[in-house]
Amino acid sequence: MSAIDAVVIGCSAGGLEALQQVLRLFPAGLGVPVVIVSHTAPDGIYLLPQLLGRICALPVAEAEEGEPVLAGHVYLASPNYHLLIEPDRRFALSTDPKVCNVRPAIDVLFVSAADAFRGRLAGIVLTGANADGARGLRAVAEAGGFGLVQDPLTAFADAMPRAAIASVPTAKVLPLPAIAGEVIALCRP
Amino acid sequence: MNEAELLDIEVTLFLEALYRRHGYDFRNYAKASIRRRVAGLTSLAGVGSVAELIPRTLRDASFLPEILAQLSVPVTDMFRDAPVFQALRQQVLPILASWPRLKIWQAGCATGEEVYSLAILLEEEGLLERTLIYATDINDLALKKAEDGIFPLAGLDDAQKRHRESGGRRPLAEYGVSGHGYFRLDQRLREHIVFAHHNLVCDGVFCEVHLVLCRNVMIYFDRELQARALRLFHESLGRGGFLCLGTRESLRHFESDSGFAVVDRENRIFRRGEEKAA
Repeated sequence: MSAIDAVVIGCSAGGLEALQQVLRLFPAGLGVPVVIVSHTAPDGIYLLPQLLGRICALPVAEAEEGEPVLAGHVYLASPNYHLLIEPDRRFALSTDPKVCNVRPAIDVLFVSAADAFRGRLAGIVLTGANADGARGLRAVAEAGGFGLVQDPLTAFADAMPRAAIASVPTAKVLPLPAIAGEVIALCRP
Repeated sequence: MNEAELLDIEVTLFLEALYRRHGYDFRNYAKASIRRRVAGLTSLAGVGSVAELIPRTLRDASFLPEILAQLSVPVTDMFRDAPVFQALRQQVLPILASWPRLKIWQAGCATGEEVYSLAILLEEEGLLERTLIYATDINDLALKKAEDGIFPLAGLDDAQKRHRESGGRRPLAEYGVSGHGYFRLDQRLREHIVFAHHNLVCDGVFCEVHLVLCRNVMIYFDRELQARALRLFHESLGRGGFLCLGTRESLRHFESDSGFAVVDRENRIFRRGEEKAA
């Protein structure tokens, strides 16, 4: 049996390139869902699903309210909505106030995912210029899940990975290709 | 038993206490968001666990407004989602213009930013004079703010931009007066709005309307409660009446039997059809 049932990823400044580097290494039929919060502008056309869909072997789409969180799919939080995972492992959206000055916030997704998946979850914090994700990653770790953080030295913006490491000193700190490798290893039956 | 399971029991007991003591029923709200809000209330109230909220909920009546304010966190912006307001302007209002008198219901108006946006839209399309808007919410503190119609000036520039994108013709600043960092909307807009307490969870139909706006409210409900709200909207709308939901909400789970047809999928605008709701 694999060690995890889901992966959650958070990123901000420089996130597109980092996500591309990680997602392109995931094989088709990855045995878990991958759920991503990437800080984005509230208005305008949301291009991230197409941009990531092009380089990823897994189907990529915006997470829709009420839909089950399915293995082998990559889901993205919609602009201007927090994304949460319900205890029955379906997606929920909210327009609650911004957290860490952003919506969607990584903390909101990670805390709800830690509730839903407990120890069978990997939380990953990538490049970014604020502290969102630090509290969420701690919730993942406290529930017994796996914390992975992009090596700040390799990050476009290092504030977010540094805050995550300070919050969860036991998290594994790795460059992007190794993060993908770690996820694939955790998914191995 | 792990922490999440304990928390689940605590939240369930707290919501049960709130319902049985005060009649406010959040038991069918989506769990993840209500947990966040209850956790927020816990730290706001300065207690160590959700369970400790229960005695105060039962015995301290002055705690209720604080509970409701925290559990129904109001967040809206003027002209949030400009394309939706543009679609209302171009696709819905021209049809509604054929009625001599218009009634509109905004369910879950929170602090009122959206209902004033709607009033401005109606004014610009020459319909406000013959329109009455019912703006309802369960949060009395938010309703009071909505009634005042005074908003921080800081958000006005962004709102102005969205207003223009929606096809707005005049500067937003002309619909009110600013001073001391705040913007107060015209009394003239306010005269066409009736603010009232209404709870989608337990209250019924109170009038027949031509348009229902209920944006980003049903995302907080579980499937059962969503179905109840939809039936309520269906019963409140006359034949051919319109329903506008949040841009990430859908009738997908109900579409075959909801009694609504899609008008504009992108902007989540639907129209009541001939058939009865299931």
